[in-house]
Amino acid sequence: MGGGITLDHFLVLGLILFLLGSYCVLTRRNAIGILMGIELILNAANINYLAFAYFGGARYDGQIFAIFVIMLAAAEAVIGLAVILAIYQNLRTIDVDATETLSG
Amino acid sequence: MLNSLAAEIIFYFVAAITVGFAALVAFSRNIVYSAFALVGALMGVAGIYILLAADFVAMVQVLLYVGGIVVLTIFAVMLTQGIGDVAVSNRAAGPVAGLAVTALAGAVMLYATIRTPWHLAPAINISATTYGVGNAFLGAYVLPFEIASLVLLAALVGAVVISRQDPVSREDSTVPTAGKSAEALVEKAES
Repeated sequence: MGGGITLDHFLVLGLILFLLGSYCVLTRRNAIGILMGIELILNAANINYLAFAYFGGARYDGQIFAIFVIMLAAAEAVIGLAVILAIYQNLRTIDVDATETLSG
Repeated sequence: MLNSLAAEIIFYFVAAITVGFAALVAFSRNIVYSAFALVGALMGVAGIYILLAADFVAMVQVLLYVGGIVVLTIFAVMLTQGIGDVAVSNRAAGPVAGLAVTALAGAVMLYATIRTPWHLAPAINISATTYGVGNAFLGAYVLPFEIASLVLLAALVGAVVISRQDPVSREDSTVPTAGKSAEALVEKAES
């Protein structure tokens, strides 16, 4: 501390968010919980994009990639939740361990 | 801008909020609490964006993530009843294994982050970014921009097709699996 906020501060914050998101993805059995973990991971990546854009000089490139990530996250959430609702209509559960109809 | 004491205080405050809500998302046993904690985590991330002089991205984050994706997630949580009793633990990867994997990956990434001599540009002067972002979208990034609209259209149509309730399969909603409902349909057609 004392030297102001550096790039490392933001990278470590993104790292913590990524680890929390990946823990969420690894340990949840609820499909919606897994999607929430993916959202956290995408936000961690976005923090890194914007931190490198701010500290690395190429200002708008990082921001544009962050906007693309947000847009694809929206598409992913819509499709993912539609699939989850379709699974729920058929199986009456969204426990990912129970949805093993496709396994041989 | 980020050298002042005020920026330091603001950063640690916003980062603490973000990490706290994200931890609630990851560790809460109730999925409804997780869904609402996601709002706080994403708002904190928007604050970090503002600290990084990305005002337009922060507004997009608030509008799309907090206003759209999280509301959609909460809708899905409410529409699928009885999900509160799904335990957090997983047969494939329990909490211990999950913590071990994330701690190992985190240690490696932290080491790489701290040891790498990042190339740092001189500090930029802060100004509104909408002009530059718009120029880049309609200049160098116009092809990905147009493809993105196609992706969104495909996602829209796909979501409607996937989540449309089939009027026939709704009648036998007690049948647990899709395969059995198909057999039931065949039996119905034969009788």
